[in-house]
Amino acid sequence: MHTNLRLYFIVILLLGMGIGLILYKHFALGFPLSPDDKKPVWTIEAKIDFVARGDPIIVSFALPPKTSDIAIVEEDFASPDYGFSELVSPTGRRAQWSKRTVSGPQTAYYRLSMYETDPAAATDTADLPSEPEKPEFDEVLKTAATTLLDQVRSRSANTETFTRELITTLNSNAPSQNQSLLLNEHSNEEYKTHLIINLLALEGISARIVRGLYLKDGRRRQTLTNFVEVYIGGQWLLFNQNSGEIGKPKNFLIWQRGDQSLLDVVGGKNSQISFSIIKNVHSTRNLVVRDSMNKQAGIIDFSIYSLPIEQQNAFKMILLLPIGALIVVIMRLLIGIRTSGTFMPILIALALIQTTLLTGILIFLTVVGTGLLIRSYLSRLNLLFVARISAVIIVVIAIIASISIISNKLGLDQALTVTFFPMIILSWTIERMSVLWEEDGPREVFIQGGGSLLTAVIAYLFMTNRTIEYLTFNFPELMLVNLALILILGQYTGYRLSELYRFHALERRNVSSKR
Amino acid sequence: MFLASAKKLRSFGIIGMNQRNFGLIARYNPRRLYPLVDDKLKTKLLAQQAGITVPELLGTVQYQHDVRLLKEILDPHAQFVIKPVKGSGGKGILVITEHEHNLYFKPSGDALQLRDIERHVSNILSGLHSLGGKPDMVMIESLIQLDPVFADYSYQGIPDLRIIVFRGYPIMAMLRLTTHASDGKANLHQGAVGVGIDMGSGSALHAVQYGEPVLFHPDTRKTFSELVIPHWDKLLQLAAACYEMTGLGYLGADIVLDRDHGPMIIELNARPGLSIQVANAAGLAPRVTIIESIQEIDPDPQSRAAFSKQQFAIDSVNEPPRELRTRRDDRAM
Repeated sequence: MHTNLRLYFIVILLLGMGIGLILYKHFALGFPLSPDDKKPVWTIEAKIDFVARGDPIIVSFALPPKTSDIAIVEEDFASPDYGFSELVSPTGRRAQWSKRTVSGPQTAYYRLSMYETDPAAATDTADLPSEPEKPEFDEVLKTAATTLLDQVRSRSANTETFTRELITTLNSNAPSQNQSLLLNEHSNEEYKTHLIINLLALEGISARIVRGLYLKDGRRRQTLTNFVEVYIGGQWLLFNQNSGEIGKPKNFLIWQRGDQSLLDVVGGKNSQISFSIIKNVHSTRNLVVRDSMNKQAGIIDFSIYSLPIEQQNAFKMILLLPIGALIVVIMRLLIGIRTSGTFMPILIALALIQTTLLTGILIFLTVVGTGLLIRSYLSRLNLLFVARISAVIIVVIAIIASISIISNKLGLDQALTVTFFPMIILSWTIERMSVLWEEDGPREVFIQGGGSLLTAVIAYLFMTNRTIEYLTFNFPELMLVNLALILILGQYTGYRLSELYRFHALERRNVSSKR
Repeated sequence: MFLASAKKLRSFGIIGMNQRNFGLIARYNPRRLYPLVDDKLKTKLLAQQAGITVPELLGTVQYQHDVRLLKEILDPHAQFVIKPVKGSGGKGILVITEHEHNLYFKPSGDALQLRDIERHVSNILSGLHSLGGKPDMVMIESLIQLDPVFADYSYQGIPDLRIIVFRGYPIMAMLRLTTHASDGKANLHQGAVGVGIDMGSGSALHAVQYGEPVLFHPDTRKTFSELVIPHWDKLLQLAAACYEMTGLGYLGADIVLDRDHGPMIIELNARPGLSIQVANAAGLAPRVTIIESIQEIDPDPQSRAAFSKQQFAIDSVNEPPRELRTRRDDRAM
């Protein structure tokens, strides 16, 4: 294979892998591409009160199902001195508290923190339920029900419209005699739900009760709201039993499906349950990382996130270096800026990150300026080269120490960050610039020093950009993209921007000689 | 207008830094050959073996403790040049034109004491001027005597002729004249004047200082129109022969004219710069293309020099500005 083809192959491979991984993490794992992406996290507390009679107690409480459209951050069960277990059965999860003997008012708590994930992922295919049992109504009610169903049937086209029509009819403001009869005087929500399910069963349609909680920030003493879920075309469709609207409302947590009880207390009385809800806003990235770690998604499990926090912080910095390298490549190959030392600008940029821009530049200029002055004196002392550079290192350290002490006395806290500058590198810079000064004059020193500083500042601006910082750390595969870019730039044989200036006189002369 | 249009530069055949590194140096100069030219002692030896005249070697210093012996080496000589063996771009070169009692004089008239020279030597040994700061050696050479032809065109220094040799064929030449601004050094970016030379006749074409055209030498006020380099054929052959000497496909030969010994090779460069294009007001690319299209390189340096002389003479009309082929293009072929 030709070198060139091979290079393009590698570049495309790297780009494909890098971008592919980014897209996978974004779309499949839900990593946001912006650091400001936030998600509401709902904390729901269920408080169970009952009065114990001194007998053995078993409290059984239905827990919300772990479906794919919600991610559970945390679950807590609390009640003093109770045995606790979580039971999982085909009908759902239940919490069970138990105790041998107790009397008096008792309280158990269940706390859940969760957030809603991409709703598109929430298409659970359901098994065909068994044919619903025909409910038994007494004669009068049965006649009313059949009449009502006949009416509704004539006004609907299919199961979906039938269900909606039935619900709106039952909820109409001007109820007919049949409706009033069916709804009766005890028309509480629970009764209505069962009535709807029974009427649908009479029609041969499978339906079940769904209990859920509207999530609203700061609510207390909430109760569950009943919905009706109807099996239509291989899927369960959720209907609001008061309006006939289809689908899960926004900020609605489904707590329980089916006809099991929400709360059973054996050995107690006056059991009550109330929910309170609090909303917190969290960064999506933190939630996703935690969720993926819990799920042990391979790509996250074997990533930087698995390192201890301290190492993670180190990597935050290290992963920014490729960005700096890219800037240097661009500045040198495309712009043609001369810097003293190829990657010295990156090291200055790293120091600038610690010191903030303006302070950093001031400190840099002070240290290098003072260093050059002292170095020019050292050159008169007739020292061997290695001894001289070592002397410069000590001088640089002395300068840095005095800057720290003076600024501390003056109350300039910012200048204390001076210690983040790489001292050996600074010494080398001073040594080289001083030689440059002697051999090529101050002009060259300013060109190269200015070039280094400019490159460092641009690298700094990129490396401190919040989005770039976020992306490099959370999408380390960006390095592959970066690598591909640098490989491509390594093939650039066009003119550098500085060369357009360098050869500009040439253009003029060629034009004039042609005339 | 401060910036030239890239399109125009390309149509003139100007080669940029990236293209030089990629299409010429990386392609024609195998890395293993670099030490031959980066080490000036090796170059000198090679040149002597090939029968090429070089400045006489007066002595070398390799170790720090030998610096004490410097006085013995220097004593018999009134004039000499101290060079780092692995220096680049003329860095670290110290020229002494007069030696009186204990004082050594630079061309500018500045006086140095022996210990100043010793310090300079020990700096070189520590690698201050070498590529990558590696430990270096010092060589002391005899001083080149200014050829009277250039007497009116140089200031406190020896002009040198840079000839670019591509695959053994000299393709472009430039004379570098020292000026007051360049402190007697033949470095263009320090203010030396670069004079483009007609390959056919050895006469001056254009001259530039700091990238701007000049018509006469800034210090001697002598116009360049009368400047013709003597022994032109000999110089071209000398440059062409450097190809066999080193094996480098793209090299810059620095040649000086000595009053007594004639043309001498003082240095070879594996990464010659691009300012030669500015001095000649012409791009390298068309000439590179012509040489690249030659299938078989003529083994005789003399006939190569003759070919170049005929092909690249300024009045030869058959020089269409063509773009340099890069590696990419001939892969496609």
